[in-house]
Amino acid sequence: MGEIPVFSQSGDALSKAHIAANFDDLHPPLNAQQASVQASRCLFCYEAPCVTACPTSIDIPKFIRQIATENKTGAARTILSANIMGGTCARACPTEILCEQKCVLETGEHEAVPIGHLQRHAVDHLLAQNAPHPFARAAATGKKIAVIGAGPAGLSCAHALALLGHEVTIFEARPKPGGLNEYGLAAYKMAHDFAAREVDFILGIGGIDMMYNKALGRDVKLADLREHYDAVFLGTGLGRPRALGIAGEDLDGVDDALGFIEEIRQADDLTQLDPGQNVVVIGGGNTAIDAAVQAKRLGARSVTLVYRRGPGQMGATGWEQELAATNGVVIEHWAKPVRLIGETVVHSIDFERTRLDGSKLVGTGEHFTLYADRVFKAVGQELIADGLSGIKCMSGKIVVDGTGQTSLPGVFAGGDCVASGEDLTVQAVADGKTAAAGIDAYLGETHG
Amino acid sequence: MADLGCMIAGIESINPFWLASAPPTDKQYNVERAFAAGWGGVVWKTLGMDPPVVNVTSRYGAHKDTARGILGINNIELISDRPLEVNLREIEQVRKNYPDRIIIGSMMAPVEEELWKALAVKIANAGVHGIELNLGCPHGMCERGMGSAIGQVPKMVEDTTRWVREAVGDLPVFTKLTPNTTDILLPAEAALSGGANAVALINTVNSIIGVDLDQMAPNPVLDGKGTHGGYCGSAVKPIALHMVAEIARNAATKDLDISAIGGITTWRDGAEFIALGANALQVCTAAMLYGFRIIEDLGDGLSDFMDERGYKSIEDFRGLAMKNTVNWNDLNMNYDLKARIDQNKCIECGRCHIACEDTSHQAITVTANAEGGRAFTVVDAECVGCNLCLHVCPVPDCITMVPQDNGLPYMTWPDHPKNKGASQ
Repeated sequence: MGEIPVFSQSGDALSKAHIAANFDDLHPPLNAQQASVQASRCLFCYEAPCVTACPTSIDIPKFIRQIATENKTGAARTILSANIMGGTCARACPTEILCEQKCVLETGEHEAVPIGHLQRHAVDHLLAQNAPHPFARAAATGKKIAVIGAGPAGLSCAHALALLGHEVTIFEARPKPGGLNEYGLAAYKMAHDFAAREVDFILGIGGIDMMYNKALGRDVKLADLREHYDAVFLGTGLGRPRALGIAGEDLDGVDDALGFIEEIRQADDLTQLDPGQNVVVIGGGNTAIDAAVQAKRLGARSVTLVYRRGPGQMGATGWEQELAATNGVVIEHWAKPVRLIGETVVHSIDFERTRLDGSKLVGTGEHFTLYADRVFKAVGQELIADGLSGIKCMSGKIVVDGTGQTSLPGVFAGGDCVASGEDLTVQAVADGKTAAAGIDAYLGETHG
Repeated sequence: MADLGCMIAGIESINPFWLASAPPTDKQYNVERAFAAGWGGVVWKTLGMDPPVVNVTSRYGAHKDTARGILGINNIELISDRPLEVNLREIEQVRKNYPDRIIIGSMMAPVEEELWKALAVKIANAGVHGIELNLGCPHGMCERGMGSAIGQVPKMVEDTTRWVREAVGDLPVFTKLTPNTTDILLPAEAALSGGANAVALINTVNSIIGVDLDQMAPNPVLDGKGTHGGYCGSAVKPIALHMVAEIARNAATKDLDISAIGGITTWRDGAEFIALGANALQVCTAAMLYGFRIIEDLGDGLSDFMDERGYKSIEDFRGLAMKNTVNWNDLNMNYDLKARIDQNKCIECGRCHIACEDTSHQAITVTANAEGGRAFTVVDAECVGCNLCLHVCPVPDCITMVPQDNGLPYMTWPDHPKNKGASQ
């Protein structure tokens, strides 16, 4: 981990300089010496397990060898040819449960090659060159595809389609592109405006038109898109944070964790944000950790994260849990919120202890109270079905086949709105790629 | 505790580790630091006739691995660029300050008897324990008819050795050989004929260490130009081991003492040279990369090794590997080895498989194991026991080469039926 963050001891506001340091890169980029030493550790495995563990199948041994041989531009091309968001994935991927977990040196030396950091080293190198886009588009096909959502899935799909020579229009509900990369990841993971720079890079391929403030169902209709475009890709994400469904949820001071993260990411001046003094985060995923740690780094005096099950069931990886612990976040396991208490503003939360009865989670009857002037809910998101009529969904996700096609011919989908794997940027990028290949094949079949 | 004392060319040294004639032994200050650190002796940087040579800047180039670890360096530095008298007076002073340490005077001169003799006498009179003839420098000096220009011509090796022998009476004479020759035995035999007490080898290997692709010039680049230089360090050790062994097992030269030089970096390197017959050792590059205090582990490691094996003195194990250093034609054609992979140690990198599959004998298979990983298994019928998998495996002791009891007798190629069939 990088610099030791500065926390508020007595509830006094942190200085501007401390907050700026707290929200700088969690991991400073590798320097040239670190990169060459770490790259040289890679064994260049045959059919490397790390590649198998990557949803986008980046040829990791190849790009690391390219770094070792001082061919950093080549390394970046290797990464980006498999994953156009290699820069974000290098920063935000839970590598500890993906490539680095499978690194054979994790077995051999109890220390994996830092694949994520090396990936960032290569991609940052290429982006810093301000060179022409590294990939060239195929000859124009004359085909037009509408992509809904400029998040990782939509951008990945759009880029792959543009590369194949198709014309793409992206309809994005928000005023900025990037999706959760722009709005939903902790600031210290995406420091220095990286999400926006990466989108600029991706759009540099050409052939992608951006339409902002255009939401599906509200501003654009699926039926119209199907009529005017040769194919449609839905990368809408999930969109709506889940509610706790308990009393007091509408009290002031009770917010969605994603909204809080967005507030931080979009703030011009972090010192103007008040995270509260006693913060409670409810949930067990990486979003919960992102909210809790950022609250602490913004100056909250105490931050408690409460999760209804044990550490092994948390969606947050072990590494994320450790990050929370080293940032002074107290994690309470085996407790569920029963009631949020307060007049107009939240004042405290009534929790009930839980335990497993077989595989079923049950309350023990034992209650405790946490005082909180700020509560963040991070219990997942659910699909906004607006505008999706006619598309088959199951368990709150759009159903797609192996090519990414939905139940509607010519309508494809990917990212968090489908059940392809973990709700991760890297999975969304993989989905976008798969769907682009599916769309290309579909266009070949239907339009010859 | 093992006795690290050694004897070479009649000279007794407190340990076998001397610093070779090179920048670390150029002056009193460095040499006394080396002696204070524990080195047994030095070969003073080569002295020539006045006026001294002029050295250039940008003298060293390095050959590195991808983690910037140095495999070897080369240099284009010449001999001592300080006046002869300054060097001689400093040698006298160090001899007084460190009476139990060895100083050998290294020298070179144009191929004229009087010049060699006059210089040798001057150096001898400074109180050195012996004279080393530098017949190996492969850059600069050779263009002036010295260094390797002499060392590559056996007649000149013999002549110069004899001249020094005649000039210095009983003082031990070391002839330092260049590896830049096709058969090291020719100059070694010439040195013996000339009256050398010992040979010292190897000098540096002629080399271009790399090319600067921006300046389009060989490294080290000096004002846009570069030249070939002398390669040394760990990378040249195998070349030196071979040449030392050739001299040690050659009937004509086997009694010639050997001061072994060439990439000695660790105590194990030193022990290997001694096992091949070296009487003493010279080190340079390792000291230049890490400083003189590496002597602590060189001595300590060698001493522990000797204690563990029950060797009380250097002589107890010196040359023990010689009887097993044979020609290819003396190897056993019937000896059979098979690779064995320890599945408990395997980290599943697949390096053994791809090395064997792509470049060798397709003798290692990949199958799924019970844990959902990969098992790499040797196919005995295809394994020729070549050791490639053993060497590429990153895990210590994961792959071993196991001798197979095939009941067949020791059979060399000259006795092999196929060879006899071919010759009939």
